[in-house]
Amino acid sequence: MTAALEVSGVSVDLGGRRVLRDVDLRVGRGELVALIGPNGAGKTTLLRSILGLQRIQAGRVLVEGRRSGPGQTAIGYVPQRHEFAWDFPISVAGVVATGLTGRLGLFRRPGAEHWEAVADALDRVRMTDLAERPVGQLSGGQRQRVLVARALALRPAVLLLDEPYTGLDLPAQELLGTLFRDLAHEGRAVLMTTHDLLGAIDGADRLALLNRTVIAAGAPETLVDDPGLWTSAFGAGPDSALLRMLKAAAR
Amino acid sequence: MSPIDFFIDLLNPDLAFLPKALAVAMMSSVVCGVVGSYVVLRGMAFIGDAVAHAVFPGLAVAFVVSGNLVLGGTIAGVLTAVLVAVLSQNRRLKEDSIIGILFVAAFALGIVVISQAPGYAGSLQQFLFGSITGIPDSDLYVVGGTAALVLLVLLLLNKEFVTVSLDRESARAMGLRVFWLDLVLYVLVTLAVVISVQTIGNILVLALLVTPAATARLLTDRLGIMMLLAPGIGGLSALVGLYVSWSWDLPTGGTIVLVLTAVFLVAWLLSPRQGVVARLIVARRARGTISAPTPLGVAADPLRSEPDMTDPVPPEPASQEARP
Repeated sequence: MTAALEVSGVSVDLGGRRVLRDVDLRVGRGELVALIGPNGAGKTTLLRSILGLQRIQAGRVLVEGRRSGPGQTAIGYVPQRHEFAWDFPISVAGVVATGLTGRLGLFRRPGAEHWEAVADALDRVRMTDLAERPVGQLSGGQRQRVLVARALALRPAVLLLDEPYTGLDLPAQELLGTLFRDLAHEGRAVLMTTHDLLGAIDGADRLALLNRTVIAAGAPETLVDDPGLWTSAFGAGPDSALLRMLKAAAR
Repeated sequence: MSPIDFFIDLLNPDLAFLPKALAVAMMSSVVCGVVGSYVVLRGMAFIGDAVAHAVFPGLAVAFVVSGNLVLGGTIAGVLTAVLVAVLSQNRRLKEDSIIGILFVAAFALGIVVISQAPGYAGSLQQFLFGSITGIPDSDLYVVGGTAALVLLVLLLLNKEFVTVSLDRESARAMGLRVFWLDLVLYVLVTLAVVISVQTIGNILVLALLVTPAATARLLTDRLGIMMLLAPGIGGLSALVGLYVSWSWDLPTGGTIVLVLTAVFLVAWLLSPRQGVVARLIVARRARGTISAPTPLGVAADPLRSEPDMTDPVPPEPASQEARP
């Protein structure tokens, strides 16, 4: 059976340098996979490749068995929060509706069924009460949920989350972590990049260690037992704080 | 001069240029207010300034060869916008440097071109600072038609412009042609500038684009309302500015801009949420100095004065979310 998201043999050159080499990654429906790796490991480039925004030199990306490209509606993309113009005068519901702009096409306005999709998405992230609020007045955690709702408006099979926890306090992170797990277990394939290793080990069904290529992918408890993987992914020494923390977390 | 005298002058057949100037000034203010909303929200003021200067060589060429000013200005403005987009592909230089180089170059070219026309000093001054006399009847139709076209395109592409303004990467992922949408927006800014140059002048036109939209932004958190308020403020200010300049024999462009600026300052002081006065009142109420509800009703805003009950996440300072 094919996975909802299938990345096979993907290589990417940026400015004459190979930043991704022979990347293989599968995310099935119902699964939350955390993509972790140091800065410059190619996490963002991989997300861009999956979205079809980055030209790939080799390999292919299949979403629901079809080649991915800009304008497809099977992927919901949630960018980092600082990519978004929060000072724009628009309501929460207005932002979520822009998630449908690509599907609607030129000159068409959202109809009843589109507003229903918007309402469902808001409901799913529990932001219905704040639907009419200007986005500039939201907290960080609420902003992240608005971006998730915008992606959900397309009712996608695959959800890509880029660093959703960055800059949030612990309660907000835990709330979002529960939401992401639920979204996956309802039957979506969720791929999330994160620097929060503890959160990833705690919440994800599988981890994928990326540094130019996928060094290892598997359940958190199996990965933390192999220090060699972490050494090659993060350059961590055998007695580093990172490894001690991971072991403690896995117990 | 009383407003009634001004109204009588508007109807005086010997002063036929006056109602024409009023019509052109108001139409261009309305269009600039709507287009300017995007200029303000996307931080495009510098590009707006660049386009305003860049239309000058086109106007100069059209003037020298007695061609159509709107057409000449549009071609020059669009050419400059495309050049900015193309030259910015070189990542070693930032976009604002490219814009800085190109628009001054375009302006310089305009000065050289217009110097070839006999008696150019007068026409140069007209271009730079605007003039309410000598607007041909045909210009009324050209300005009106262009204004309608700009507003129509903005209406049709509003959904796309909003989506791109919010976040470009997601817009790309949705399959929107971000580069082309940017270019269309530049062209709309160019057209708005070109039809305004006649009355308000090349240097002052930036005020029509930025000031009414910025004023409107202070007064509302809804894009739709902002795009109605901005042209309203612009159009009314053009009317008041023309009246004042006619009454006291002041330069029209400068007077309109000063009226716009005065309205902006009033909004900055008194706007219901962001205004300086409103903030002072809220601060005082917080200290308990003022206990009665204020006439502005500001401090009664539940979003500001009560903790957020709908979410367990405490609000973060907005500055952390500010875009780089």
